[in-house]
Amino acid sequence: MKIHPLNSGNQILNIALADDDDDDRLFFQEAIEDISIRTKLSLLKDGQELMDYLNLPNAILPNLVFLDLNMPIKNGMQCLKEIRSNPDLSKICIAIYSTSCSEKDIEETFINGANIYLNKPNSFAKLREAIKKVLQINWQYHTSNLNRDNFLLRL
Amino acid sequence: MKISIKYDMAITCKAIVQEQLDKLDIPHTIHGIGEIEIQRELTSDETEEMMGKLANYGIHVLNDQKLALVHRIKNTIKEMLESDNLQSQTISQYLADKLNYSYTYLSNLFSEATHTSIENFVILCKVDHAKELMANTNLTLTEIAYRLNYSSVAHLSSQFKKTTGLTPTTFQKILEKRRGNLIQKTI
Repeated sequence: MKIHPLNSGNQILNIALADDDDDDRLFFQEAIEDISIRTKLSLLKDGQELMDYLNLPNAILPNLVFLDLNMPIKNGMQCLKEIRSNPDLSKICIAIYSTSCSEKDIEETFINGANIYLNKPNSFAKLREAIKKVLQINWQYHTSNLNRDNFLLRL
Repeated sequence: MKISIKYDMAITCKAIVQEQLDKLDIPHTIHGIGEIEIQRELTSDETEEMMGKLANYGIHVLNDQKLALVHRIKNTIKEMLESDNLQSQTISQYLADKLNYSYTYLSNLFSEATHTSIENFVILCKVDHAKELMANTNLTLTEIAYRLNYSSVAHLSSQFKKTTGLTPTTFQKILEKRRGNLIQKTI
């Protein structure tokens, strides 16, 4: 009898997107459905909704959260800081999903613990490609023994 | 008080498995690369108990043979990258020799199961290793490139940029500032 003890990955990626723009949420959903990686997507309309969702007792936490920076009530930066200061949420990978190209914004989000910075692409095809790349790399971090503390990706 | 620790996952994992199986009186040989041979058939109670004990350490018994092989490919890649004889063999040869399957078979299986190719995974691992060295040692980029068997610093830098979207310098700057942030918070 042979057994193989190792970390086995869950085969579905749980993903959450917080974005206040209805169209952006819709495009994102369509793009992610087009990709062969199996995902379960939760959509949230602002930062507060996202934090309430993550803090639900017994919540099934997402593996990856996409965060828009500009949102009413609670913005992306506030969410990022809150998530990163809560040890219960430490396993979540955070992807910033924003129109801002400012190097300062990008650096600041990385310093505050973001793993991925994705500029909102201007076409559906590019969006699909970008999300696919993010999911592919995130999948490797999710299923292999790569060091998540050093997981930084800029697209 | 804060102390820094360094550990080798392979050794840790092996020690835990050995300790737990000894405790359960299960005769076994650890083959490394995520495979254990058990010298007798286990009752289902025993199997369950063993799986439960190992699960406490985040170690799971893989029932799916294909998935198990994918994990062994990953471990073999890590092992190869960590050993010093990188030059002597190509990854494809090394994997085929170590795992006893043709590289074509391994390669197809891997792509099917992981959404990436073995080649891309190797690059990801190498870059991960480079990051580790940048974060935890004082080695220069030149030394890191040499150690990871890149032909030049430029090659390392361009592969790093292509994989992460960041230059090694930006990456280091971000890590330093993150640490600065952490220290500020603890004060």
